[in-house]
Order: sequence, then C-alpha cells, then structure tokens
Amino acid sequence: MNAVPLSQRIAFAAMLVLIVASPFVLYPVFLMKVLCFALFAVAFNLLIGFVGLLSFGHAAYFGMGSYVSAHAAKVWGFTPELAILSGAVVAALLGAAFGWLAIRRSGIYFAMITLALAQMVYFVCVQAPFTGGEDGIQAVPRGHLFGVVDLSSDFALYWVVAAVFLAGFLFLYRVVHSPFGQVLKAIRENEARAVSLGYRVDDYKLIAFVLSAALAGVAGGTKAIVFQLATLTDVNWPMSGEAVLMTLVGGIGTIFGPPVGALVIITMQNELATILGAWVTVVQGGIFVACVLAFRRGIVGEIQAKLGKPL
Amino acid sequence: MTLNRRTLLGTAAAGALPLVTPMRAPRAQAGNTIRIGVLTDLSSLYTDLAGQGSVLAARMAVEDFNPGAKGFNVDIVSADHQNKADVGSTTARTWYDRDGVDAIVDVPNSGVALAVNQITREKNKVMLVSAGATTALTGASCTPNTIHWTYDTFSQAAGTGRAMVAAGGDSWFFITADYAFGHALEADTEKFVTASGGRVLGKVRTPFPGTTDFSSFLLQAQSSRAKVIGLANAGGDFINCVKQAGEFGITRRGQKLAGLLVFITDVHGLGLQTAQGLTLTDAFYWDRNDGSRAFSEKFHPRNRGIRPTMAHAGVYASTLHYLKAVEAVGAEKAKADGAAVVAKMKELRTADPLFGEGEIRPDGRKLHPMFLYEVKAPNESRGPWDYYKLIREIPIADAWRPLAEGGCSLVRT
Amino acid sequence: MDTIFGVPAVALYGQLMLGLINGAFYALLSLGLAVIFGMMNVINFTHGAQFMMGAFVAWMLLEWLGLSYWWALLLAPLIVGATGVVIERLMISRLYRLDHLYGLLLTFGLALIIEGVFRNLFGSSGIPYRIPDQLQGAMDLGFMFLPNYRGWVIVASVVVCFGTWFVIERTKLGAYLRAATERPLLVQAFGVNVPRMITLTYGFGVALAAFAGVLAAPIYSVNPNMGSQLIIVVFAVVVIGGMGSIAGSIVTGFGLGLVEGLTKVFYPEGSATVIFVIMAIVLLLRPAGLFGRA
Repeated sequence: MNAVPLSQRIAFAAMLVLIVASPFVLYPVFLMKVLCFALFAVAFNLLIGFVGLLSFGHAAYFGMGSYVSAHAAKVWGFTPELAILSGAVVAALLGAAFGWLAIRRSGIYFAMITLALAQMVYFVCVQAPFTGGEDGIQAVPRGHLFGVVDLSSDFALYWVVAAVFLAGFLFLYRVVHSPFGQVLKAIRENEARAVSLGYRVDDYKLIAFVLSAALAGVAGGTKAIVFQLATLTDVNWPMSGEAVLMTLVGGIGTIFGPPVGALVIITMQNELATILGAWVTVVQGGIFVACVLAFRRGIVGEIQAKLGKPL
Repeated sequence: MTLNRRTLLGTAAAGALPLVTPMRAPRAQAGNTIRIGVLTDLSSLYTDLAGQGSVLAARMAVEDFNPGAKGFNVDIVSADHQNKADVGSTTARTWYDRDGVDAIVDVPNSGVALAVNQITREKNKVMLVSAGATTALTGASCTPNTIHWTYDTFSQAAGTGRAMVAAGGDSWFFITADYAFGHALEADTEKFVTASGGRVLGKVRTPFPGTTDFSSFLLQAQSSRAKVIGLANAGGDFINCVKQAGEFGITRRGQKLAGLLVFITDVHGLGLQTAQGLTLTDAFYWDRNDGSRAFSEKFHPRNRGIRPTMAHAGVYASTLHYLKAVEAVGAEKAKADGAAVVAKMKELRTADPLFGEGEIRPDGRKLHPMFLYEVKAPNESRGPWDYYKLIREIPIADAWRPLAEGGCSLVRT
Repeated sequence: MDTIFGVPAVALYGQLMLGLINGAFYALLSLGLAVIFGMMNVINFTHGAQFMMGAFVAWMLLEWLGLSYWWALLLAPLIVGATGVVIERLMISRLYRLDHLYGLLLTFGLALIIEGVFRNLFGSSGIPYRIPDQLQGAMDLGFMFLPNYRGWVIVASVVVCFGTWFVIERTKLGAYLRAATERPLLVQAFGVNVPRMITLTYGFGVALAAFAGVLAAPIYSVNPNMGSQLIIVVFAVVVIGGMGSIAGSIVTGFGLGLVEGLTKVFYPEGSATVIFVIMAIVLLLRPAGLFGRA
C-alpha cells in the first residue's frame, strides 16, 4: 500500500494502538460490541459513502448473519470462524436477492424498498421456528477457534473480534481504492455519465450491495458469538437506523468515520443508559437531527476538512 | 456513579478518547454487602403485575429481615429488561461482572429468565424467579444456581386447564404469546386436555410483545369452532383478548375463554363486569389469611394502591428466604459461591407469612399449594379489590410437575 | 353455518372487514405521505410518530380537558398539524436544496425523538381509550358480527380520503397545488406564496396522519410504538402504488388491506409478509409502481 496518504497511515496506526491497548484498561465485552458495530457501520458506509445508495434495511443482513451464525454454532456445532462465515454467506445471498430488486429504483425509493424488504425479513424471523421467535437463540457456545483455541474468556475472544474487524476494515479499504471502487465513486458522482462511458452500472451497484451485506453479516455473526445470543433486536428496523446514525456521526464517505461513529454511539448508549435511562433514544434522535441540519460531514469529515487531508 | 466518571464522560461525548468504565472496577463495596438486582418489566405489559411492585416487595423483604442486626448489609438495584432477552442478558452480565450483584430476582418473561439462567450459572451467582413461568427452569435447563418460586406453566395448566376440561370444555383453540412462556403454557395445557380425552383444534401464535389488536386471531379461533379458546398469554395481552372477544360477540356465540395465567391486576384492569365468572389459578391472594392481609396493608399504599400479585408475593418470600440462607452460610461465602447459597436454601425449610411453611425441591422448585378461584360478580364484591372466591385448594401433589418428569440433571434417579 | 372454501362465512367476512379497516389506515397514511411527497419530494418518516401523536392527543384531550372523542377528531389533527407546520418551518425547509435523502434522515431522527419522549412520559405498555358511547356495541348482521365502531372507521376514512382527492384533483386550490409541484417558480410568479403553500401542505399531510391516529385510538391500544411498525408497511404500500397519484394511493391502501385480510383466512402465517411480497413482484413487473409514472 504505497499510495496510502500519510494522514491515513497515522490514523490507522492510532486505531491499531487503541485496539491493542484498550482491553487492558476497559471492559472487553464493551470493546467487542464497539468493534462489531464498527464493522457494521463500515459495511453500511460502502453503499452510502462510495456508491451514494442509502440502504435503510441493513438490519436484515446483520440480523440474518447473527441468527445463522448462532444456529450454526449451537445446533450444528460449527467452530466460531465457520459459524461466522456461514452467517456471512447467507447474508450475502440475501443481499444479492434484495439488491437485485432494490437497485431498480434509486434515491428515496431505494431507501424505502430496502427498509420494507428488511421488515419482511423481520416478520419471517418472528415466525420461523429456527430463530426461536421472541426468545431468540440463546446460550450460543463461543467454542474453540479452529477447534483449538478456547474462546470462553473475554480476553481471548477480544483478539479474535479485533482481527475480524481489522480484516473487514482493510478489505473494504482495498475495495474502495481499487479500480472497482473508482467506478463506484463515478456512479455516485454522476450515474448517467458512468452509463454513457459504457459501465454496467447495475452490476457494479449489485456487487457493492452484496459485499456490504456480507460484511454486515460478519458483524452480526461476530456479535452473536460475543453475546452468545441472537434476537429479533438484531433484525428489527432500529438496528438499521443505528448503522445510519453511526456512519452519519462519524462521517459519510470517510474511511475512519464509521468506526469513530460506532465508538461514540455505543459509548453513549452504554454510559448514558445509567444516567438518562430511557431518554437515550431521544438523545440519538437529537443527534440525528443535529447532524443533518448542521453537521453533515460528521466528526471525521470535519477533521478531514480542517486538515485538508483524506481520512 | 462517581462524579469523576461523569466528568470523564463529558470528554468522551466531546469525541475524545472514550474513557469508559474500567474493566475491573466493581463499585466500592465491602465484603459483607449483598447486592440484589430486581430484573423486571418496568415499562411494558407486565409492569403492573411485577414491575415497581416487585422492587418494593424485595425492599420490604430486606426491611423485615433487618440484615443490619445480623452483621451484613443488603442493597437493592433494579433494571428494566423491556421483555427482550438481549437487554436482560446484557444487564445481567454487567450486573455480575461490573456492579457486584449477587442475586437476580423476579424476571417476568420466560425468555429473559432462560437467558439470565445461563449467565447466572456461568458466573456462579443466584437467580430467584418469581414471575417467570417456564417449567424448563426446573427441567431441562435447571441449574444449581436457580430457584423457581411462585408458579409455573404446569401449575397453571393443572389448575385452570384441568378445571375447564372437567366442566365439559373438551375442544380447544390456543391463542399463544409467541415466546418461551406461551409455548410452555400451551404445551402443558395441551397435555391435560388430550390426557382427559379432549382435542386441540388449532393454535395461533401472536407476536410478543407488541400485539394489541387480537381481533383477527380471535376470528381464527372462532372459525375453528372450538368450545374453549385457551389464552396462553398474560398481562396486557390477556386483557386485550378478553375485551376484544366481547366486542366481536365471541363469548355470546357460546365459546368460552380460558385465561391460563391471570393476575389480580388483570382482573382489576378488566373490571368485574367483564371478568366475572372467570376461573383462575393463583398462588397468592391478598385476602386469603391474616398474613397476606397484613402484607397487603403495608404494600399497596407504597405501590400506587395496587394490591400485591402472586409475583410480588413470590419476590418478597424468595428474597426473605435467600437472606436467611446468606446469614447461614455467611455473607462473604455467599458472595463468592452462589451455588452454596442455593444449596442452603434447599436445605432450610421455608417459612414466611405469605406462603406459610414449605420446602424447595432438589430441582429448584419451591413447593406450596395453589388455589383455584372464581372472579366474583360485581354485586358480590364488598370493597376495593375484593375480587375472588375460593373454589378449592390444589394440594402440592397435584399442583406441581412430578420431580421425575422434569428431566432435571440435578435429580438423581 | 355457511362455509366458503371450507371457512365459516362469519370468520371470512370478519377477516375481510378487519382487512378493510387496516386498509383504511394504510390509505389515510399513504395518502398523507403522497400529498407531502408530491409537494416537497420529502419522504416523511415522522408520519408514524405523528399518527401516534394523534392518538395520544385524543387521549390527553379526554383525560385532561374532558373533551370527547368527537372533539378529538376535530382538534387532534389541528394540534398535531400545527406541530407539523413548526417542524417544516424550523427544520425541513432548510433541506430543500440538498439531496432528498437528508429529508428522510431528518424525519427519521424526529421520529426517534417523538417516540422516545412519549415512551418516557407514558411508558410503552399502552393506555386504553374508550370507544365513544354512541358507537358502543355491535350489529349482528347474520352473516357476521360488525362492531359499530369498526364500521365507523371505514366510513370516516372513505369520506376523508374522497374529500382529499376531490380537493386536490377537482378544485382550483388543488390546481394551484399541482401546478406548484410541477413549476414552483412559475406559480410564484402568478402571485401565489409557494413556501407558505408548502408549509400548509405538510401541515395537512400530518393532520391526516393524526386523524388516522384518533380513529385508531379506541381499537388499537394507544402506545408510543403504534406508528413505527405501521409506517414501514405503509412505505411498502407507497412503493406498490407509486407516488404519482392521489387516487392510486387510496385504492392501493384499501386493496392491500383486503388482500391482507384474505391471507389471514387462508394462510395466516403469510399475513405479515404478503404486502412485502407483493411489493417485490410489483418492483419486478412495474418498477414505477401500479399508478406511478416512470
């Protein structure tokens, strides 16, 4: 990665240091939650930030990943890495089907269609026997990585989650900066021109959609292994809203924005819950409104604009 | 929460480093402070039958036990699980890991109870279930760390289900809340129905929580032409079903409603005019004897006038018995080893003003008689909350699932 | 007892009637969304929350001021509509120059705030609202049992939907509205205050949602989440109908309610998803929607 700008290298180094150092200071379960959601937000950002498509239904892929991984680990006795992988595969297939439908429309319609399709997944999950209905899938074993490394301690599991996050993060970084990613950005800026240049725009959109869905599935599956639980919360529409919120707060279309957004939002949920109780939703809504009205670049976007360097 | 942590929070919110709660920082606590967490429904459809009343009941148990005189302290924390297994288990995990909670009580909602059950065992703490109902807690999922106190789906089916079948209701249609509790209640009742020669004509699962309009489910029940519509739900769901069945004239066309888990707060919500004649199974009625009346007199003024339900009574009695066991093993040991306290609870006989004397079975099942009541007609009621008349007492032998049938691994056969 | 395809007629008609009632709510809500979208190109995510506010305002009027259901039917839409006007002036109007997606995000945030506030003030278990005395009871039609109130819901929503359609498609005011959608500058040049018209249109769309909320209060329990689940289904209804036409959104709303009702009779498991499945099929065959212009 020779062409990586210095600013991004420094930011990446800082993130790496934080990831390595924080479990010695902070509650690992909390950190794992942050990493799972950071990956979720990064996946979501691929669509909104680099293709300009607002998916309001990413809970479907996150939740499906979570259910399938939980089921695979618990019922089929898969090792955690295979469980997460199977969650990702199912999320990708679902993303392929829904993406194929949704890219027929764009803009607001795209958002509404993805939301409605995700809600259909939610209703199916409510009824399907394998999801355990309202109880969810509980007591999911954390198992042994590759059948060898015991993950029952939070500390051991943390490193796996950190590795999963970093792999997903770097993968998307690679995608965005590949020729493929350049075409995506061209579509975002001017779809008509991309078409006229001979690009099969729909194919590009669909591939981006599937990648995003698959990574959301990885995030959901990892979360299921961490919390040993997969429930309807993972697949319901507020979860889609969380991905949007984290990305918006961190900075749409930036590389480091979504993880920062996830960190801020999860921290807020965790810490303010004891002080504000049920007012957390109201605060989240307020952040939404404030971001849209006055802070559309997000945290990292603002820093980026100040520095004049990409982050 | 210390001031220091809040200032740190300000920094975090400002977008700087998240200086959140350190990993190993249980709040300042002496080795002789027992912390009890009331995990309950503070915002949704079980909030009247459990909710704040359960927190109060736990508090009253501590007051009556007077731990200060016995050399240790007790404090109570509470949280809302919103009827979501993930919220409940996250709370339980943080309580045990970070906040030094030693025992979790109440836990209405079987789904949440099962999730917390697992975590409690893993962390070797204690769970005392009052308003959770699934028999799995003393069956396939039983642990040496859990006591199931007040009622379960078997005791409800054995009471109301059996009584309905005996009265000629031999064909059933179930409207079932779609989670562990509803499924278990439906399954247990179905066993009694089929065992006595009855038939189940159909069943429908309703999303939980969040279903408020039951009319289309009731119409499905109507089209099945079953004699009895079994309501395998509770609290607000039950109230809505009964009201809407009235609206669609379902009872007027000769079908009977069977509420399988009815609390006195539900009867209060429906009003006697609508609820009269309902048969129900209860572990506790405030007006049953002097002990229950004395408790109720102290309880309801502090609980917005709501009289204690059996869930509240169970929280009180189980907390009281837990504290006795803590005293017996010593607070320090009790904090370190939840299973030891539960073992002591099973060893000691129970004695409290609400359930009288009793005992706890090896599988964690608390044993006491249950009662079959009928709801009074408005003209029979002589005062506020005077709602029930006793039909009969269900002896322990009939009320609970036999020890051998549960499949609990703690039971030596 | 008569049966139709093995289903007792009583239950079949009952389910169809319930479907029609759900359809009435779909129609009122998608109509409001269509009116707002037609004028402002904003998808109003707050619509569900405003539906819920209508129900709560009705409850507050009764509990705090002793005003009956009939007053609520008139006042609640006005009150909630007025809050809509404030929201439009203060916030939404700042976003017209930006990508329309920001309108969606803003109204989503507003929905979270409104629902959160109501959840904190009133809990999430829901509070009962009595059916007005005049509409208590039920008619035994022989082939079915029709609760009076539910009959009223259908009548009231049909009247309001038709009235809205008439005003927009058949009156001079409506002509201005439609013209302002197509050529705002031109209409402004004719001396019509277009920004005010936009504001009032938003207020009217919101008032429709609140009206639906008051209608819903006595049959669905009044709770803070009552709007959010419904509104997503209504989004699907809107996609099916296509945003283009007022009449289209009304017809699609009622029609899909009936389809859902039928599904409940013959395949209950599919009733929650049938609308989404139809949406997928429509997207395949007619991406612009049944009544939409591509």
